[in-house]
Amino acid sequence: MRMLSARLSSRRRSPLAGVVVLLLGLLVTGGAYALLSPATAQDSAAGDEALVSQGRELFLVGCASCHGKNAEGIVTQDGTQYGPSLVGVGAAAVDFQVSTGRMPMAQPGVQAPRKDRLYNEEETRQLAAYVASLGPGPAIPTAEQYDPETIPEEEREEAIVRGGEFFRTNCTACHNFAGSGGALPGGKYAPTLIGVEPKHVYEAMLTGPQQMPVFSDDVLKPEEKRDVIAYLQANEETPNYGGSALGSYGPVSEGMFAWLAGIGVLVGFAVWIAAHSTRSKKGVQQ
Amino acid sequence: MSDRGNPNDSMPVPGNEDAAAHQHTPAVHGDPIADPGLPPHHPRPTDVEEHAERRAEKQVATMFGLSAVFALLFCVAYFALSVGEETDVWLGMGASNLALGVTLGMALLLIGIGAIQWARKLMSDTEIIEMRHPVASSQEDREAALTALGQGAEDSGIGRRPLIRNSLLGAVAMLGLPAIVALRDLGPLPGDALEHTVWKKGMRIVNDVSGAPIKPDEVEIGQLINAEPAVFFATDEEGEPVYEGHELQAAKAKAAVILVRMQPRDITPSAGRENWGVEGILCFSKICTHVGCPISLWEQQSHHLLCPCHQSTFDLGDNGKVIFGPAARSLPQLPMGLDQEGYLVALSDFEEPVGPSYWERGDR
Amino acid sequence: MAIATNGKQAAKAEKPSKIGGAATWADDRLGLATIAKKQIRKVFPDHWSFMLGEIALWSFVVLLLTGVFLTLWFKPSMAEVTYMGSYDQLRGLHMSEAYASTLEISFDVRGGLLMRQMHHWSAMLFIAAMFVHMMRVFFTGAFRKPRELNWVIGGLLLMLGILEGFAGYSLPDDLLSGTGLRIADGLMKSVPVLGTYVSFFAFGGEFPGDDIIPRLYTVHVLLIPGLLLALIGAHMLLLVYHKHTQWAGPGRTEENVVGFPMMPVYAAKAGGFFFIVFGVTALMGGLMQINPVWRFGPYNPAEVTAGSQPDWYMGVAEGLLRIMPGWETELFGFTLSWNVFIPGVVAPGIIFGLVLAYPFIEAWITGDKREHHLLQRPRNAPNRTAFMVAMMTLYGLLWAAGGNDILAVVFNLNLNYITYFMRVAVFVGPVIAFILARRWAISLQRHDQEALLHGYETGVIMRSPEGAYSERHLPIDPARAYTLTARDRDQVYALPSGEDENGVKAPGTRRNRLRAKLSHYWFAHNVQKPTREELEEAREHAEHELAMHSGGHQHMPAGDYLGDHELDGHPADGHQFDGRHDVHGEELRKH
Repeated sequence: MRMLSARLSSRRRSPLAGVVVLLLGLLVTGGAYALLSPATAQDSAAGDEALVSQGRELFLVGCASCHGKNAEGIVTQDGTQYGPSLVGVGAAAVDFQVSTGRMPMAQPGVQAPRKDRLYNEEETRQLAAYVASLGPGPAIPTAEQYDPETIPEEEREEAIVRGGEFFRTNCTACHNFAGSGGALPGGKYAPTLIGVEPKHVYEAMLTGPQQMPVFSDDVLKPEEKRDVIAYLQANEETPNYGGSALGSYGPVSEGMFAWLAGIGVLVGFAVWIAAHSTRSKKGVQQ
Repeated sequence: MSDRGNPNDSMPVPGNEDAAAHQHTPAVHGDPIADPGLPPHHPRPTDVEEHAERRAEKQVATMFGLSAVFALLFCVAYFALSVGEETDVWLGMGASNLALGVTLGMALLLIGIGAIQWARKLMSDTEIIEMRHPVASSQEDREAALTALGQGAEDSGIGRRPLIRNSLLGAVAMLGLPAIVALRDLGPLPGDALEHTVWKKGMRIVNDVSGAPIKPDEVEIGQLINAEPAVFFATDEEGEPVYEGHELQAAKAKAAVILVRMQPRDITPSAGRENWGVEGILCFSKICTHVGCPISLWEQQSHHLLCPCHQSTFDLGDNGKVIFGPAARSLPQLPMGLDQEGYLVALSDFEEPVGPSYWERGDR
Repeated sequence: MAIATNGKQAAKAEKPSKIGGAATWADDRLGLATIAKKQIRKVFPDHWSFMLGEIALWSFVVLLLTGVFLTLWFKPSMAEVTYMGSYDQLRGLHMSEAYASTLEISFDVRGGLLMRQMHHWSAMLFIAAMFVHMMRVFFTGAFRKPRELNWVIGGLLLMLGILEGFAGYSLPDDLLSGTGLRIADGLMKSVPVLGTYVSFFAFGGEFPGDDIIPRLYTVHVLLIPGLLLALIGAHMLLLVYHKHTQWAGPGRTEENVVGFPMMPVYAAKAGGFFFIVFGVTALMGGLMQINPVWRFGPYNPAEVTAGSQPDWYMGVAEGLLRIMPGWETELFGFTLSWNVFIPGVVAPGIIFGLVLAYPFIEAWITGDKREHHLLQRPRNAPNRTAFMVAMMTLYGLLWAAGGNDILAVVFNLNLNYITYFMRVAVFVGPVIAFILARRWAISLQRHDQEALLHGYETGVIMRSPEGAYSERHLPIDPARAYTLTARDRDQVYALPSGEDENGVKAPGTRRNRLRAKLSHYWFAHNVQKPTREELEEAREHAEHELAMHSGGHQHMPAGDYLGDHELDGHPADGHQFDGRHDVHGEELRKH
């Protein structure tokens, strides 16, 4: 129930009342479904088929306008891709895109930004099942794969150090040393990694959403991905030993503070030092 | 000085004891309005009111006293708050650093503010006047100095004895040579060091950090692999790494590469490079041709590679051509094939020097 | 001038005190009393803008103090060690001793992180304060004769300070500093002919080698600080010798300095300011994290982070590098990297050359050979002011270009468009800024002129018997009027006579003609202060109008500045200027 209320509160932030009503309906249906039908549904083939067909329903309503009726993708007349083909992207890609609210996009643009999710967990699973049925692709990772909590305590520290090595080699170039994000050409950007769920970090590496490259499990092994996530978590939990982090953007923000806080305050003191203090009207002789 | 005198200047400058000063008065003085002179001095409350003075005195003393308290607090914080493995944390910040900084800062700041308050409120604030004097020496002094100089030169005979003068000049000039030559061993000559990397035919391309070799079927479309030559992970017969320390760093600074996989239809290899890739997998130098930052910001959909330092952008589908930014040259591509076990290997070293341009770069 | 005080007098040496005894002992050996008697009560004028250089000076002292503390633990070595210190996330990694010892200072030495952060913040403040100090000196013309050499020394200090800063932030050998060194290596390699040799000699072989950090360390703690100290000493000596400049004002002339004595007022103010600078730096070091090297990791030539920027004072060079188009020429098999050489080596050289040469260039254009001790208000040198504003605009644009990726992320902009925009803006922006600042300065001069000739706008609206409304103007305060006129009249350089238009040219004619043109541009549009006659005429005009319109029952108010009329000491009560404007008004302003 905690999950449910959390979802409700995130709904409330939605600016679009109509969408809220629609979503409330979806929530009730999905929520009821989630409560009534336990995860065993996934195991049986019949359940799978049900999921796929439910997912297809959702897909036709919410996704087909860009990705095509059979998820084959839509190419515009001038040859640019309107929505890419989803054949073979796998369930992990769907889970990432939909759970982080990137899909469906609110409007076409160079990059789908992260926002409040539109489909609840159950619906996401249905969509993922449908897309996974179109062609082989990476499955949604399990907690053992991505959750750093599963690393044995005595190996934790070593894993974090190793994860840091992988992070600095593969990730900092775009996402910055602190994971606070960076710029890409043409208005695109690498989003911040702070506050992103481990599962989504894992899925992003696995599937390469949007412009992000793929880091397949064969090359960056699942445990290596988990190390990266462990490092990210450790990084987030590490206190700022030296005081306020000033946005973790590096020397640019530091320079700004040197001028605004440092020189600003010191010039203020200089003005005070040289200012004329109040005068008394008493005792003036000319 | 008479040219600077102003006959209209009749208003004396109060407090100006130096009567001679008027003869230096420049053109601006009193033109067109006479100098009304320093305004009368108005005393401050602390000059005339006993209680104001006492209050200011107390303020200043309080600040100095508080400063001493903060200095003591600094010492307390130094010993009370721990650093190292068990760092104390307040509000998500290192407690020791925070406490030491704030106490030291306040201790210093209060001394400063107290001293200035003392000067502003209690020290005399009557402005006093000091006369300037021309910076230049007097004409006599100049002449005397020149005479002395001439006398010295004359005595030395430097003008009369050109042989001595010129040989001395030559000798001193020649001393510049040892000064330059002695710096020769600062470093080795470049030679052709910049033209080669450790890549050679048959060397495996391995994943950076883990050192694992790579097979083409492990690489997916859109994949990026930050890779290194296998030799960086190799050990010699005694188990020591072949490359370590600064030798590893220097070799890595040229040999680091990235592997990317694209749809083969998105790749337009230039003449001679048709066989440098394996099933849409290409290998490029990671070192920017601008000033040498390692680049790995790869956009898998547009196939663009961006340098985070100065934003040079390269199109990896089009032989690493520059499409934006300050870089002038394409990113060098490493010819790549498969070894007998099916792992990705280099077919040769890079065919051109990697990294930033330099003068003799094309001269090979 | 008798001034009532509460009777406190400076302490007199009533008995041969201990101080006196010590002073005698010292003077017997050093003979300093002759100098000291003048210097102890040396006068310094009081103005906030005169204390900007002090920020730089005191920051330098803070740098020395914190820097010495850091040297006690820092190991300037690139030898590889395995980190076993307190910071979990890097434990067990191979790194240089320099980086490992920086981590030790940050995590295992109590107060070490504070000192490191204070050192870094004060380095930024040191250079920032030098910049604002230099701008103050520039805007007020304080670099003019006899202070040109002190300007040059200041320019050298700035240059050395920037180099010192670069050497300093390269020492920890973290990922960011290594990236900076790599870029420096790229700049060196772009030098024609010698490039690779410069690089190999600097790094002791191929980048990164294992020599650069020990070498930079010596440069950072010995060579440049020594030069800085010597130049700061010379800078201060010249300041004392020339005596400080001052603003024009009643009683303040080219011939004197009016202010407070060194002992005790300035000693307290300057000494107090030292503690304030030190204290503010300590607060910054305690509250604001700077250069968290542990988050960057050890330097690895195959790694880089987004947001790789130099410290702010290198931002201009960074911006130049970023917006330069990718030009490269191959000539006879040799490569000339214009894309790196121009922004990295040539442009900084030109900028610094221009800065150092500026006093001499301006003096040549204006032909001004006199000594100046009174400061100019920025508006009274419109071209100079506009030039500096243009330079600041250029600086700001390049600085922003150096952080274009951060701008793109923070403000959701397109990285490429920022670069395209900057490529144009660095040429257009300064020109626009120059024109605007110049016209603005001249307008302010006009405003001063107006105030002198027609008084200030009181905000009191008068209605004449005919029904016309006009705003009453009153003469400004005589002290202010004097202050406004206490400046030189500009003189446009005229071509020397004896030079005829058709044929015979005197030597150096072309140069003189250029100079005359420049001088004309420099001065011809400036507003010159009114002459005594103009002031007189304005007063008479006002009196005349007053007599015409008010039937003579009003008195001409006090407030001519020529000393011929007694000041009555009262501001006008509001009726003196009744109806001095007719219905159409504004005649008084037509001069």
